[in-house]
Amino acid sequence: MDAIGRWFGRYTLWIYSALALLFLLIPIAYTVVFSFNDARRSNIVWRGFTLDNWTTVCDAQGVCESFVASIGVGLAATVLATALGTMIAIALVRFRFRFRGAVTLLLFLPMATPEVVLGAGLAAEFLSAGVQKGALTVILAHTMFCISFVVVTVRARVASLDPALEEAGRDLYGSPAQVFMRVTFPLLLPGIMAAALLSFALSFDDFIITNFNSGPFVTFPKYLYTAAARGIPAEANVIASAVFFIAIIFVIVSQLSAAARRKRLARLQG
Amino acid sequence: MAFGAFATAGAATEPVARKRSKIALILLLPGIAYLALFFLVPLVSLILTSFQTPSELAFGEPGVYDYAFKWENYTDVLGLYGEHIFRSFFYALLATVFALLFSYPLAYFIGVKLRRFPLVQALALTLVIAPFFISFLLRTLAWKQILSDDGVVVTALQGLSILGPEAHITGEPIAVIFGLTYNFIPFMTLPIYTSLEKLDLRYVEAGGDLYASPARTFFSVTLPLSAPGVISGMLLTFIPASGDYINASRDFLGSTKTPMIGNVIENNFLVQQNYPAAAAMSILLMAAILVLVGIYVKKSGTEDLI
Repeated sequence: MDAIGRWFGRYTLWIYSALALLFLLIPIAYTVVFSFNDARRSNIVWRGFTLDNWTTVCDAQGVCESFVASIGVGLAATVLATALGTMIAIALVRFRFRFRGAVTLLLFLPMATPEVVLGAGLAAEFLSAGVQKGALTVILAHTMFCISFVVVTVRARVASLDPALEEAGRDLYGSPAQVFMRVTFPLLLPGIMAAALLSFALSFDDFIITNFNSGPFVTFPKYLYTAAARGIPAEANVIASAVFFIAIIFVIVSQLSAAARRKRLARLQG
Repeated sequence: MAFGAFATAGAATEPVARKRSKIALILLLPGIAYLALFFLVPLVSLILTSFQTPSELAFGEPGVYDYAFKWENYTDVLGLYGEHIFRSFFYALLATVFALLFSYPLAYFIGVKLRRFPLVQALALTLVIAPFFISFLLRTLAWKQILSDDGVVVTALQGLSILGPEAHITGEPIAVIFGLTYNFIPFMTLPIYTSLEKLDLRYVEAGGDLYASPARTFFSVTLPLSAPGVISGMLLTFIPASGDYINASRDFLGSTKTPMIGNVIENNFLVQQNYPAAAAMSILLMAAILVLVGIYVKKSGTEDLI
């Protein structure tokens, strides 16, 4: 008995953490399992296993259209936010300038403002300016809240860059443009890629700000919100599950390759 | 910072410095102008809208307002929705406390105990952020089904006589608080993990060497050293939770018993077209958040904000 007690004492944290991680996965598992439900009308009760939802995913009205709309908005907002945010990140690390505190605060505030306030504010602005809500207003809104996250992500990469590498480029008579394109940009690329992926993920899953600024335009989360009242079709679970698996595989592969790179480096140095 | 020396070297000759500050301006201007246009102007627009009065020229048609200085809009919404404001902050506070209690041991485990196993550590972190990869709305709907009246949880609790035969979970405040807690747990776990991952274990050993009990060492060494992560985690949880309206919505985990500030803003803006009331509520929420953020900025300074 005492041995069991000691074992538990020793491994409480391990057991707790394993259970906590399992708990976090419960709704994911639920969503994936119900993508295989032979649901017909309502996807609430389990009626048996089928692959039909996966093979005829676009049959449910509006699901695929909204998914394509979300991808389009995500790509546009990602390109805009990554370009604007990367420029700011470089300026923040490389230059001293006045109003630095104000700029930092302006970048921090959108991240600290509740989404409902960001959404209502933009909607009030579009309303008073007489701008018609649609895909464009959604892209403008998403770009706005992604910029700060891009700055945070890319800034870390710029700060870890060894200035000696750029100096070497200049010593070899590289013009500022050449040094940037051949040295700085390739070194920043992993940070820029990470920022772009983060932007895309934020844009893809945004509902609150989208709901205020989309008018008749329907993104995937907005589709889910309107469908929630009458029941989500199993096809929506299929899309969400597919996105989940693609994202998780992507993360795991990039982690494994980073680990392999670290190992190679360690061997080279050791 | 290493680049400080870099910048002063450039500033030694005046024309070079001017050229450099021009580059800085070119880099900053587009993004800053964008944020001014789509973040600052909307806030001003909200303030102006919050003082608007129904237009007399509209002859009772809803959704048409004139600019005015009708500050009574604020006293009106405070009178009408005082309960919602209190409920939002109360739910968000409880969700923050629960998320902290849930996350700290997990973050400690991943950040300290798993240090020896980098690959397992990376996998555990991936699992923490895994909920982000599935739609926020679907996660919440999944919980709605799991916690529904015929679901496993309610049936089991009724079997154990913890819940009465007529009791519900969904639609009750507890379901909304649960949903808020679940949805924002990664925002709490990640910053705590980040500060614990850097924790120098020699400080903890020193506590033991000085005959402090494990509890004493935790409260006087580990916890204070991880305080920055705990504080940013609490802000990152409390802010989105207080403005959320998905969890409290009738179609998700809430009911007519649970509306929060976000539901009031959404309903007034998008359904009733009562823009001044929605704007006044938004400004009140923003003001409350700014007070919190202000305290945080005062403590941490602007340089470490982002």
